[in-house]
Amino acid sequence: MAAHAPTGRPSQLFRNLNAKIASIPMMLVALVIFLGGTLWTVFYSFTNSRLLPRLNFVGLDQYERLWASSRWMISIQNLAIYGILSLIFSLVIGFILAALMDQKIRFENAFRTIFLYPFALSFIVTGLVWQWMLNPEFGIQSVIRSLGWTSFAFDPLYDPDIVIYGILIAALWQGTGLVMCLMLAGLRGIDEDIWKATRVDGIPMWKTYLLIIIPMMRPVFITTLVIIASGIVKVYDLVVAQTSGGPGNASEVPAKYVYDYMFQAQNLGQGFAASTMMLLTVAIIVVPWAYLEFGGRKRG
Amino acid sequence: MASISTLNTAAASFDAVSSQLASGPSGRKPRRIFAPRNIMLYGALTVAALYYLLPLYVMVVTSLKGMPEIRLGNIFSPPMEITFEPWVKAWAQACTGLNCDGLSRGFWNSVRILVPSVVVSIAIASVSGYALANWRFKGAELFFSILIIGAFIPYQVMIYPIVIVLRELGIYGTLTGLVIVHTIFGMPILTLLFRNYFASLPVELFKAARIDGAGFWQIYFRIMLPMSLPIFVVAMILQVTGIWNDFLFGVVFTRPDTYPMTVQLNNIVNSVQGVKEYNVNMAATLLTGAVPLIVYFLSGRLFVRGIAAGAVKG
Repeated sequence: MAAHAPTGRPSQLFRNLNAKIASIPMMLVALVIFLGGTLWTVFYSFTNSRLLPRLNFVGLDQYERLWASSRWMISIQNLAIYGILSLIFSLVIGFILAALMDQKIRFENAFRTIFLYPFALSFIVTGLVWQWMLNPEFGIQSVIRSLGWTSFAFDPLYDPDIVIYGILIAALWQGTGLVMCLMLAGLRGIDEDIWKATRVDGIPMWKTYLLIIIPMMRPVFITTLVIIASGIVKVYDLVVAQTSGGPGNASEVPAKYVYDYMFQAQNLGQGFAASTMMLLTVAIIVVPWAYLEFGGRKRG
Repeated sequence: MASISTLNTAAASFDAVSSQLASGPSGRKPRRIFAPRNIMLYGALTVAALYYLLPLYVMVVTSLKGMPEIRLGNIFSPPMEITFEPWVKAWAQACTGLNCDGLSRGFWNSVRILVPSVVVSIAIASVSGYALANWRFKGAELFFSILIIGAFIPYQVMIYPIVIVLRELGIYGTLTGLVIVHTIFGMPILTLLFRNYFASLPVELFKAARIDGAGFWQIYFRIMLPMSLPIFVVAMILQVTGIWNDFLFGVVFTRPDTYPMTVQLNNIVNSVQGVKEYNVNMAATLLTGAVPLIVYFLSGRLFVRGIAAGAVKG
């Protein structure tokens, strides 16, 4: 509205003055915190700050040290395993649940409430419940052993090789409900006539889903993918609650590396470098998506 | 900007989620209840539902057992003798470090963090969203774009500069500081939510009020606010669950005596000293999860809308 102001006005600055004043918090947050803070951290990741931030530039030293650290390598490896598996499983489980829910079932509300309630819980609560469920002495392992299968072994939280799968189980329990909801909305957006047409042509249901419905739901899948992916990079609380990074440092993740170096090890430079790598990871996910979705269109 | 329009479509599809969920499935109901197809369908759904319910069930039964029974039995068996002692202990006596006054301290800290954070963040974001929707000025969209891009940036990148700013202001470690942090990180998603909602209201209303001489604040308080109660409820649900469940900011921006409930819960359960009291731990976990769960069960579809929008939150 203001942009089309007639020429010859004394000053553009004071037009919409109230709106500008009201937007000051937004501008401050956007400029100072989001833009400024991010640049600040990236900038200081090239210094050798330890207890306090100092402007003593050491080039890429922090990054070299980061990538030489075994703990960081474990963190990245865990993030990769956890990320890929949780993407695949949450999309598959979420879609299957949504497809089941879309069969004109009774009690739809009850089922949805049940599938979604874990999403209301914090990662801390989720992590602690699953820590208890996976407790080898009392949890699932001991229950199955007491049923007679005495050699049954499933103690992911105490086995460095599979601990990340224990965390994955908890994460899937918490997050698949949301994926189901997004997918269900996508399915409901599909024209009823398509189903009728495939029925007339005698195409089996699974084939319709695979070859017609899923390709049609591409935008829903992409949005869901970005939502899940940007959450994966930030996984922190769940690991802290479930394993505290253990056993040893077998379940470390990048976000925990950042926190530990910034606030416990008092090695700010490492924390900054690690968080810049996280930023880079998110950019690698989000930028191509934004480009693919809207690269062609030019809009305000 | 690309990201804005993307998020707009995302938000629009979330709105579609709720409206479509509200209308439910259409068409006639299936006729034969015991057809093999139905048995498979409901069988699969029931198994899935049981899987999702299992941890909640285990939490409840564990918290009602005494320790001797836990050591003997398995986690799925219902309690033989129901005891509420673990609950009392979790609330009033559980220890974190030297303090042994239970989770109640964390609960009240969380309440003291939650109330101002929700009010302030919604107030600021709704006004920003209103300015963006109705009073566009040069550069507004640019700031908004930065804000939305900021929603995707991992918090870890911005935490330390905020620590410095708060320290300079002398409010690092105080509840005020944490309220500001929650307001900052609630901005992107809430502003988007309000902007889209206000933009969807008929523009004639706004024009009519302008012609009648109403100003910025008058239109906001007398027209926009009364017309947008549902979106305020959605925003509240989003913020209440989000802030209550927060852990990272609690750890970074508070001191032990002002720890929110999630942080204290983690300290109680994962403390290395003493004998593990699983029943107390589960009671404490349930107590911490109770607030968002109550919000969830009471709010129903509005919650779906809120979390769907909040899922893009950094």
